This record gives sequence, C-alpha cells and structure tokens, in this order.
Amino acid sequence: MPDETGPGPSQRLSDDTLLEMYRLMLLSRRLDERAWALHRQGRVQFHVSAMGHEAAQVGAAFAIKRGVDYVVPYYRDLAMAIALGCSALDFMLGLFARRDDPWSAGRQMPCHFSDRGRHIISGSSTVATQVPQAAGLAFAIHYRQRAGLVDPQDATQPRLALTSLGEGSTNQGEWHEGMNWAGVQGLPMVCLVENNRYAISVPQTEQMAIPSVATRAASYGAQGESVDGNDVLAVHAAMHRAAQRAYRGEGPSLVEAHTYRLTPHTSDDDDRSYRSREEVAAAGEVEPLVRYRQTLLERGLLTPSRVDELEARTRAQVDEAQRAAEAAPEPAPEEADSPVLAPLPEGLT
Amino acid sequence: MAEMTLIEAIRTALDEALAQDERVFVTGEDIGRRGGVFRATQGLYEKYGARRVMDSPLTEMGIIGVGIGAALADLRPVCEIQFADFIHPAFNQIVGEAARMYYRSAGGWQVPLVIRVPYGAVPGGGLYHCQSVEALFAHIPGLKIVVPSTPRDARRLLHGAILDPNPVLFLETKYGYRQIRGEVPEQDAPLLPGPARIAREGGDLSLFAWGLMAFYAEIAAERAAQEDGLDVEVVDLRTLHPLDQESVLGSLRKTGKALVVHEDTRTMGFGAEIAALLVDEAFEYLDGPVKRLTAPDVPAAPFNRGMFDYFLPGPDDIFAAIRELAAY
Repeated sequence: MPDETGPGPSQRLSDDTLLEMYRLMLLSRRLDERAWALHRQGRVQFHVSAMGHEAAQVGAAFAIKRGVDYVVPYYRDLAMAIALGCSALDFMLGLFARRDDPWSAGRQMPCHFSDRGRHIISGSSTVATQVPQAAGLAFAIHYRQRAGLVDPQDATQPRLALTSLGEGSTNQGEWHEGMNWAGVQGLPMVCLVENNRYAISVPQTEQMAIPSVATRAASYGAQGESVDGNDVLAVHAAMHRAAQRAYRGEGPSLVEAHTYRLTPHTSDDDDRSYRSREEVAAAGEVEPLVRYRQTLLERGLLTPSRVDELEARTRAQVDEAQRAAEAAPEPAPEEADSPVLAPLPEGLT
Repeated sequence: MAEMTLIEAIRTALDEALAQDERVFVTGEDIGRRGGVFRATQGLYEKYGARRVMDSPLTEMGIIGVGIGAALADLRPVCEIQFADFIHPAFNQIVGEAARMYYRSAGGWQVPLVIRVPYGAVPGGGLYHCQSVEALFAHIPGLKIVVPSTPRDARRLLHGAILDPNPVLFLETKYGYRQIRGEVPEQDAPLLPGPARIAREGGDLSLFAWGLMAFYAEIAAERAAQEDGLDVEVVDLRTLHPLDQESVLGSLRKTGKALVVHEDTRTMGFGAEIAALLVDEAFEYLDGPVKRLTAPDVPAAPFNRGMFDYFLPGPDDIFAAIRELAAY
C-alpha cells in the first residue's frame, strides 16, 4: 500500500493545505512569542510554550479528521490546538485568564485546552493522566461501531482518539496502563510522543534505558515509529499511517516525534542550569518553522514577499487577539465558587 | 414485591440498566465469565456478552481512566473496583480527573461515571480487603458518594447514579451483601443521589449512620426501645456527598442528641463532618456532646477474628453508645 512507507501521504497534500499548515505553525509561534513578552512585562502570570514543537503538532493534527476525531492533548500543544481550530483569541483569553476563556473560564493555567465542539478533551497538569482517558474514548468509538450504532467509515463521527505527551511522561504508570488497554483491545488510539529530550530538566538518558520511546510500542502490540519531529511533512506522513491503521481497525500506534523545546519548560523555569547555550542554539538551527518555510520557498509555494505578507497578517492577528483579550472582562471573584457538579438533565429530580 | 439480599438488588439494577440503555456497559476485574468475585455481575456476561460486560486488564487506574474517556464520549460506564482497598492506584483518575472535569472545563465536559466499590470490613478480609474509603473521597468537590444500606435503596440508587451526569462513587458494604435482606418492589423509580432516609423515627436521640452501620443501628435502636424504652431516630445518610444537611439538622433539632456511627477509622472520618455541621448550624439545640462511635485509628480490620470483632462496631457497641448518650 502506498501509505505504508515514505512520505507518500504528505505528497498528496494540496498546495493550499501545505500553506495552511505553515500559516498555523506561524500563528502558534507568534502567539507563543507574544506570551513570553507579555509575561516578561508582568502582564500575564504564566505561560507554557510550544515553541519548537509546532511541526510535530501541526503535522499530527492534519493527519486526523480535525474537529471530529477525539484529541486529548497536553499543555504543550498550543500549535495542535490552533491547528484543530482554536483561535488566537481563545488562547489570549486563557492567557489573561478572562471570564470568556473558552477552555476553563480562567480556572486553569493557560494552554489547558478544552473544546467540546471540536472534541478536544480538557486536560490537567498531571502528566500522562490523559492516556487511559484516550483509551476510553477509543473504546467508546469501538463500542459504538461493534454495536452497529455508527458506520466505521462515517467520517462525520469520531473514528480515533489522538493523545499526546512528552517522552518523560511515558515513564508514568498511566501511560502504560492506557497503552496496554488500547493494545489488548485493539482500539483506534494514536499516541503522539513529542520527544524534546528533557522532562523539565532531566534528560532522556536519565529517564529511560532506551534511545527511542517507539521501542515501547512493541510491549502493547502497537505499531511504533520514530520520526524527525522538526519536519512537519515527515510527522504528517507517520501520523497519517497511524491514523489510517486506526481507521481500518488495526489497533493503536505510537508516533515518536524527535524535537526540541526552544524555550524553558514554562515561564517559571530557567533552563540555563540544565542545558548549555550551545545546545539550545544548535537546536535553533534546525527548528521546524524556519525549516518548513525553506521547504515551501524551494517548492515555490512561498516567495519572500508572501512570507512578509503572512508575517504582517499574523502579527495583526496576534495584536488584535491580545487587544481584545486584555479588554475582555475578568470573571467576578465569586465565580471561583461556580458549580463543581453538572446539573441534572431536564425531567430528573 | 420480592425479598432480596443487598447483592441481588445490585445485580438486578445492573441487569435492568443494561437492558434499558445501550450506552451502559460494565467493566472491572473478573466481572465477566467469573461474574465478579462477589457475584455482583453473575449471569450478565452470558446475557449481554463481552462487549457490555467486559473483563478489564488488571489495572484499577485503567478501569477508571477508560471509564472517564467512555463517559466523555457519552457512554454510561459502570466500573467495578474489586475491593475498595485497590482503589488507591486509581485515586488520581478519580480525584484529579473525574471530579475536576466539570469545573476545570467550565462546564464543557461531564463525566457520567459510576464506580461500584465493595468496601468495609469483612471477616477474614485482613488489612487489604477491609478498608473504608468514604472519607478520603467525601473531601473531594465534584464527586458524589452513595452508600446504600437496604436492597431497595441499592437498586434504585444504582439506577439514579447511572442517570446522574456526574461521577458517582457507589460504595457497597460487602459484609452486608448477604446478611442484609429486604423487600424490593416490582416497580420502583430511580432514586438520585441526595436525600437521607429516616430509617426509624424517634424523639430521644439521633443516630447518623450509613452502609452496614445503618443496618446495625436499626438493630441497636430496636433493642434500646425494648430494654430502655428509648426512642432513637436512625438517619441513614445514603448519600455522603452532597450531604442532606436538612435531614441531619432536622433530626437533631427534634432530639437534641447526636450519635454518629461509622466503621471507618476515627480521625478525619466523616463523623467529624457531621459533628462540625451540627455545632455550626444547630449548636443551641444540642443537649449533649456529639458522640462518635467508630473503628480505632489502625489501618483496617485485622485478619484475626477476635481482633476483627474488636475493631468493628457491632449492634452491642451501638446499643451501649446509645445508652450512654441518652443518660447524659
């Protein structure tokens, strides 16, 4: 099958799609940079960055049915959320913890994405907790298909659950227990491991005795693949293969995207104690946004003037989102005491 | 009307829920072919098949995490944790995830998940098959805690828990599974988590209990009536969180004396919450100290039978506590 090897799937992406992927990576990057600036200016409390991970996240998102398939992301997935349809304003409202923050109404830290309409599950800050939940979502898909309640080919229904996390998080029991469940039941789950080589400060070599997390897939009867996570098209191709396996009912997959966190872990972290400046600078040389721009320039899909134009447009978008979010109302303090329990449905008392 | 044991009523409710709603499925360890180690799901695998009565891998954290995911996708999972003692590996999924989901997503996501948990002391169970966990979870906003003490309530509260859009911890006194019997109507409406039950009306003293202790409390109250002419009101809380505060306060205002009995250990047990509520809200009605009769502060009921009986409050202990408080 042509999908099974090489970059086939990404070669079939339309020019418009290729440019859209660039535009979304760019938007995520510029939002991210603005958030760091706003934090340094003391205008926001906290930021957790996706910088460097944009190719892994956008490549993954474009390999599934965006807005339909379930996604259970983690806090570093800003570019993923943007690629799934969340807006610059959504991000800024969360960053400023405004009342109308659509992800948590100012209750969670920024970048704790949640969007029921887009099938993005709310996450916590505790790593790997989302993996058994993703297995449960994949189970529900499988359950409905086996019950004949939905057609497995119906692309208007969720057909897989994508979850993502860092390589360090794959040391957690929850990752193992979720992957094992998905494997033993052959569930349509795809696990994207964004391997940026550090779990905050502790390098992968002190986290596990293997160089590649993809090795672990074999333990679960899952398909494992490692890919250059700074190459959006390579990630897309690997994720496409994984997604197609899920759609065909062939069970879970693990895609490990090797990348690098270009910033400290969060705005509260200082990475100088654990990463040399030379190492960080070298990572900047192969970072995904510049690399993809180069690819598109070489393919003639972008020109220098088009690059500038996209930069200007993105900057205006970020400016406008920031302005709107800063002007947006704060939640009333007593909204801290909002209900913790869902109301009973109509007709139940 | 039929007489059932507590566990027969639970099995009946599961059978009915599976028949009524295609979204309902049951999972847990050994609940399929084996019918559950307590036989709560006996016959259901044969009737509904492995898709709906599904043995899980040996993973409590996975059972709850998968249950959460399935609930987010609008199924109605009923997850069994084989013994409450084994729930601790799933603590983070219950406390950090299920209970917080609604609030943290500002109402965007709900987790209609039922977690059935055999709990409490049972002879021969030892330290890891006897734990009472209600107070650990009753502290957590976003969870409902249900503890039926009669077969009728077990059946209708389990239906109510499945209908509830929130995560519900459904605690089942396993020592009561076969010693508690009672009439269960042919047709009965679901009972949503919430209201307490006045198990026995009385004006001399209020006895607050749940689960096995509510069952024992009625026995002790009957003895107090016969031997001492005391009129004890037994309030079976049924739902610990959210607590039916009005029923608790209403009873105390009537009797002026409060005894809380639980088989959980004493310090930071749920009895402390009842005592605090009464002192906060009904201080002027109190005619004596709020007393607690509980298990001692040791890990759980020991394996040795003599030590077990010492650990677990029984009808005689409750009777003695009633007599002492009544004389205050």
